[in-house]
Amino acid sequence: MNRDLRFTALKKTPFHSRTSLASRTNKYYNWNGFTVPTEYSTTELEYTAARNGTSVMDLTPMCKYMINGSDANRFVDYLVTRDLSQMEDNTVAYIIWCNEDGKVMDDGTIFKFSNTKFMLCCAVKIYNWLHDSAEGFDVSCEDATDTTAALAIQGPTSCSTLKNYGADDLELLKPFGMKQYNINGYDVLISRTGFTGDLGYELWTDPANAENMWDSIMEAGKELKIRPFGMHALEMTRIEAGFIQTNTDFMAAEDSLRPVRMRSPYEIGMGWLVHLNKESYFVGKRALKKEKETGNSERCLVGLDIDGDKPAVGSVIYNEKKEDIGIVTAAMWSPTMKRNVALASLKRPYGIKIKENIFAEIYHPEELEYKKIWAKCKVVKRQFFSPERRNKVPADLYE
Amino acid sequence: MAKNTHDVIVIGAGHNGLTAASYMAKAGLDVVVLEKNEWIGGAAVSRELYPGWKYSNCSYVCSLLRPEIMRDLELYKYGLQIIPYEGSATMMRNGDYYAHYHDHDMTINSIRRHSHKDAEAYERYSRDVLRQCKIIKPLLKMTPPDLTSFKPKDLFGALEFAKHFAAKDELGGLGEKEIYDTIRFYTMSIRDYLDEYFESDITKAHLAGSAIIGTALGPCSPGSAYVLLHHYMGEVDGSVGAWGYSRGGMGSITKAMTGCLNAHGGEVKPDNEVVNVITKNGRAIGVATKKGDEYYAKKIVSNLDVKRTFLKITEESSLPGEFVERVKNFKIRGSSGKLNIALDGLPEFPCIPEGDPGGGGDMHFTETIEEMEGAYDDWKRGEWSRNPYVDMCIPSKSDPTMAAPGKHYMSVFIQYVPFNLANGGWNEERKQEFGRHIVDCIAEFSPNFKDLINHYEVRTPLELDNEVGLTEGNIFQGELTMDQLMFNRPVPGYAQYRTPLKNMYMCSSSTHPGGGVMGAPGANAAREVLIDMNIPQTGNYY
Repeated sequence: MNRDLRFTALKKTPFHSRTSLASRTNKYYNWNGFTVPTEYSTTELEYTAARNGTSVMDLTPMCKYMINGSDANRFVDYLVTRDLSQMEDNTVAYIIWCNEDGKVMDDGTIFKFSNTKFMLCCAVKIYNWLHDSAEGFDVSCEDATDTTAALAIQGPTSCSTLKNYGADDLELLKPFGMKQYNINGYDVLISRTGFTGDLGYELWTDPANAENMWDSIMEAGKELKIRPFGMHALEMTRIEAGFIQTNTDFMAAEDSLRPVRMRSPYEIGMGWLVHLNKESYFVGKRALKKEKETGNSERCLVGLDIDGDKPAVGSVIYNEKKEDIGIVTAAMWSPTMKRNVALASLKRPYGIKIKENIFAEIYHPEELEYKKIWAKCKVVKRQFFSPERRNKVPADLYE
Repeated sequence: MAKNTHDVIVIGAGHNGLTAASYMAKAGLDVVVLEKNEWIGGAAVSRELYPGWKYSNCSYVCSLLRPEIMRDLELYKYGLQIIPYEGSATMMRNGDYYAHYHDHDMTINSIRRHSHKDAEAYERYSRDVLRQCKIIKPLLKMTPPDLTSFKPKDLFGALEFAKHFAAKDELGGLGEKEIYDTIRFYTMSIRDYLDEYFESDITKAHLAGSAIIGTALGPCSPGSAYVLLHHYMGEVDGSVGAWGYSRGGMGSITKAMTGCLNAHGGEVKPDNEVVNVITKNGRAIGVATKKGDEYYAKKIVSNLDVKRTFLKITEESSLPGEFVERVKNFKIRGSSGKLNIALDGLPEFPCIPEGDPGGGGDMHFTETIEEMEGAYDDWKRGEWSRNPYVDMCIPSKSDPTMAAPGKHYMSVFIQYVPFNLANGGWNEERKQEFGRHIVDCIAEFSPNFKDLINHYEVRTPLELDNEVGLTEGNIFQGELTMDQLMFNRPVPGYAQYRTPLKNMYMCSSSTHPGGGVMGAPGANAAREVLIDMNIPQTGNYY
């Protein structure tokens, strides 16, 4: 029976034939309209692959946009808060962008091929926003989400795995560098980027190359402890790395039903990405300048080191007078550091000026009853985990 | 001479000595650790004896090391990472196998292939064992109270101990039945215990392994059930009973501890064997080394086992006679050997299907408890087991740092091997004969195994005694039986890390809570030293 193709349910990525075969648990979730695995075997072991060997994740559902045209450079610089005027070709930069009120819409990475060609990767769809913002610029914005297959290859042995796959001299690629390869007859763009806070790469290619790329990389990493890696494990690694997740650690400005939920970059620890001294205007500059001058940011996003071993998922944070001062946005027991860590959104001055005598109320489920734990917290650097190998050039090789 | 004066001297750079030293250094004390070998680590050591292959020469897997210690000493910062493993398997002579997995339901499915009833009994069994683990967990961190003392500290301590046994808040209230269960668990044989749950031989044989590893008890010996608990009470990130590898071998643990110690101003001095504890008026005031140096300190902490500490490096005349008698009678019988093998490739084990995660962790080939008891019978006669129980694993399957890609390191733990070998004792020839025997046993289950061997190291109890310093090669530094546990460990009246000599302490696995790469004896001993010096303790452990 032929299905009526006008009805599209969740989409499958070009790796689906391989990811579904690798899945031992058949656990999937909906990421940006695609069906992708939450977990292949055991989250703990998948997490371990990212910290010990090579982890492989299907990144295809991530939003990807190609920005081309003679004004591309100027347009991108106008769009984001970071000063990209000095950005070199074949490099990648971490960026955020705001609306005119200076509220963060999303974070992402921008890939610069040349002054006239960029690729933007992010979590929240912005095709419409890009088009609206591009008025007056000589650029074209194209949604490449469905036409670019992407894999994240992360972990201490990832460089060796990819060298076996055919990425010659990859160990020399610097963090946030990118390089165009031709492997097995297909163009593959490899960037030294990722969401695990470890040594790692992301690969971008034609969907027609997806299955070959997956199979070849799995073979290349066979002796290097390679393992497919699902969303749950990614969540663990990104918390350890202190990376923020849109609509988890803060509400995207365009998604916030309640205006009070919107956050400025200063309120989510992203002030370092706002370059107010950038010569040209950028979206939100006026509002951000005012916020900076008046110092009226209301919140902050901090790292917490919490007593005990029970993750403070969804915990409310209190001061010693038991007044509510914020909420945990993401929490975990870190298997690598053996620490109980969390990201938390606090009401200033807590987290900035007051870092002591902060407590999390943790509800720990115990066989259908909850144990209420009052745990002491320390405000710490959000980047809990950042091993030396992450930024090492040449990258570690296992031979 | 002035430079050889410190706040604390720790004798022996094993994991407990280093744990104690690190906690004390963190508290601000000037600590020096004196180690007899040229390398650091005691029985948690990784040495490259064949170029390109790293061995975990003694201990080989990690579960018991308390996470609070890893956290307090920030061991990750100094390179420690634990890699959990996926499963374990027992191979059968009929070509079949039995497997356990990280995932509980996969294990149930696996047991069901051998016995439908056992698969469901396993739910009850794991609940009961987990309950015992939960009871014992808080006790590990406590200094055992002296039950004969009327000091408030001991009275409260005894109450605290008892409270944990009844542990109402933690376990929702143990009834009379559960308390009886606990007492039975501590005194039963593993065979009797498992018979109450399971019917199939292979299920029982697979589970019983943990009850005999390292002990000089057989599966039918009373007290062996506790040894199983001792191996189960660890965890990998909250997964109780799970085991993992230490990335880079077990030496990474002691290397990381040394990193922490150095960062807090402490120092390890290898190749400095302590031969004598210097005493004055019933107080320990320093130590003398084989090289002829003397070190003085306010406190001396021995990480050597209780026999070595008091029968070898301390003058008997400085100790009460009854104490010396007790130490002499302390049971510390060697029962295990080990092979560390450098392999040119991955050995095939046709019993285990390719890609089955059951082959990812420990592998065995003992099919019945009777076989196990037979292996023990050989030991009683002073022979190595003709049909031994082995706990073998290939850490390089999970850890990319042990050997080059495609090459493998295999660790084979062997039970039972006597310290006093009958008919003339150990010599090089008999050691090699023992090694060849084990290789032959493994080759029965792996057709290409022998062809892949580049090199192997044979460890008998004699090496563990001579080289590592474990008396008679007992890996727990003293048998784990009720007469030698908790307030009886190592000897009654001295279970609080203190000794008859003022200013001298014990921190080895001969003290509560006993053997395994746990660190708890070291951390507990450090706490007692700090209490005596009126220094506040901080951290997650205390």
